[in-house]
Amino acid sequence: MSLSRLTRALLGAFSALALVFVYAPLALVLLNSFNTSRTFAWPPTGLTTRWWSAAASSNGARSAIVVSLEVAIIATLIALLLGTMAALALQRFSFFGRDTVSLLIILPIALPGVVTGIALANAFLTIFGIRLGFFTLVVSHATFCMVTVFNNAMARLRRLGGNLEEASMDLGAGTFTTFRLITLPMLRSALLAGCLLSFALSFDEIIVTTFTAGSGIQTLPIWIYQNLFRPNQAPVVNVVAAALIVASIVPVWFAQKLAGTDESVAAAR
Amino acid sequence: MLWLGVAYLGALAALFVTSLWTVDGFTGVITREWTLQNFRDLATIEVYRSITFRTVLTAAAVTVIDIVIAFPIALYMAKVASPRLQRILVIAVLTPLWASYLVKAYAWRGMLSETGPLSWLARPFGLDSPGYGLAATVITLSYLWLPYMILPMYAGLERLPNSLLEASADLGAATGMTMRRIVLPVLFPAAVAGSIFTFSLTLGDYIAVKIVGGANQMLGNVVYDNFLTGNNMPFAAAVSTIPVVIMLVYLTAVRRTGALENL
Repeated sequence: MSLSRLTRALLGAFSALALVFVYAPLALVLLNSFNTSRTFAWPPTGLTTRWWSAAASSNGARSAIVVSLEVAIIATLIALLLGTMAALALQRFSFFGRDTVSLLIILPIALPGVVTGIALANAFLTIFGIRLGFFTLVVSHATFCMVTVFNNAMARLRRLGGNLEEASMDLGAGTFTTFRLITLPMLRSALLAGCLLSFALSFDEIIVTTFTAGSGIQTLPIWIYQNLFRPNQAPVVNVVAAALIVASIVPVWFAQKLAGTDESVAAAR
Repeated sequence: MLWLGVAYLGALAALFVTSLWTVDGFTGVITREWTLQNFRDLATIEVYRSITFRTVLTAAAVTVIDIVIAFPIALYMAKVASPRLQRILVIAVLTPLWASYLVKAYAWRGMLSETGPLSWLARPFGLDSPGYGLAATVITLSYLWLPYMILPMYAGLERLPNSLLEASADLGAATGMTMRRIVLPVLFPAAVAGSIFTFSLTLGDYIAVKIVGGANQMLGNVVYDNFLTGNNMPFAAAVSTIPVVIMLVYLTAVRRTGALENL
């Protein structure tokens, strides 16, 4: 099939247009954070940095960022530990129902977040009788973060096969030495990618969070959501949103560095 | 593994069990009596039927829109763009995924507002921005999940060797014929894989609806409202089994296309 010149040009134009569609809303948020109008009237009549300094001194936003960071870090660490172990177990040993288990892994990604949220909240409240709070929030985040770590590790393990490890064992290395010198270095970039993804997911997750955080805990997305509909908070919310857009360049840059060795950063969600 | 098995499946099973209980109207305490009342309410009360219908329709619309937009982009990325441009485009498509979901929904609230750029753009043509409502929800959700559709389609087309396309042309097939016989079979499982995301994410969404959807409700809103404000966990649990059933039916239906291996 040779696409005609016209088709190629049309495809290119369409793609360019689609990219404009993708980036325009983000650019708008950035621009509005400097908009003098409180109601973001378009086109902007003037530019100001007033909202940025107002946001910098907003206590609510600042403490919400701290909570979000804590949750994301702890959840990622738990997910790293358990996700890696699960992947190793599933890859190395064949046991009854292994294929079913692999299908089950898809389930948490294939089911809507609202289901995960209410299922976990229900388990905490009615089955275990735990009050919702920081602990339940971290456990919930770790549950879906684990899936991303697991997926990344699993993809890498499947590609590597077990030959190098067998060679290491044949040369007299114990299980632990083999893990330390062979398996871990080969997995490192995949695990790093998984962690990066987990952290990002946890940091801006809101659906599961609203169900499992209880009323006392405010992560950054919850803070944004609660202030979204308050007109007098609008400029500050917009600045926080703009800052988050700028901050999202950091993981992209990281992922690009990792992508040299690992494509799965992109593929996994 | 145990964590996933016990925590996740156990929680799902418990959710189903809870949906068979009821809440005492006076004390708000969950009564552990077996009853199908919640499901009977779901099936008989008109509002819930129309909400379910609206949610599924929205999910289908979002999926179709994303397929239509994603196909030309994926084709351009995989078969027309130079390797360098290809890399840039992949990054350009991926980058918005790292931006917060909430921020993107919020960005559309700005785009669609009365005084926002869309109505400013449309006014010279005598049109207006769709405002907050179902149309705005579909637009926003299509926007949010678009990368999930582009990526599998691009990956599918990438794997399709150019020589196959040339061979088809050499054997006398016109572009349309090649599209139908060579490209489509590759694209179909990819689109299905993408649709699992677009469909499931839309089914469970209630934040974007709240932000740009006006007064419209989705299944997610019903679950959330019953859970939080209504304090009626059993009914919320019953409602949330609807998307689970829909997704399970969908997953079983598409399992044969081999799309699950593309996830």
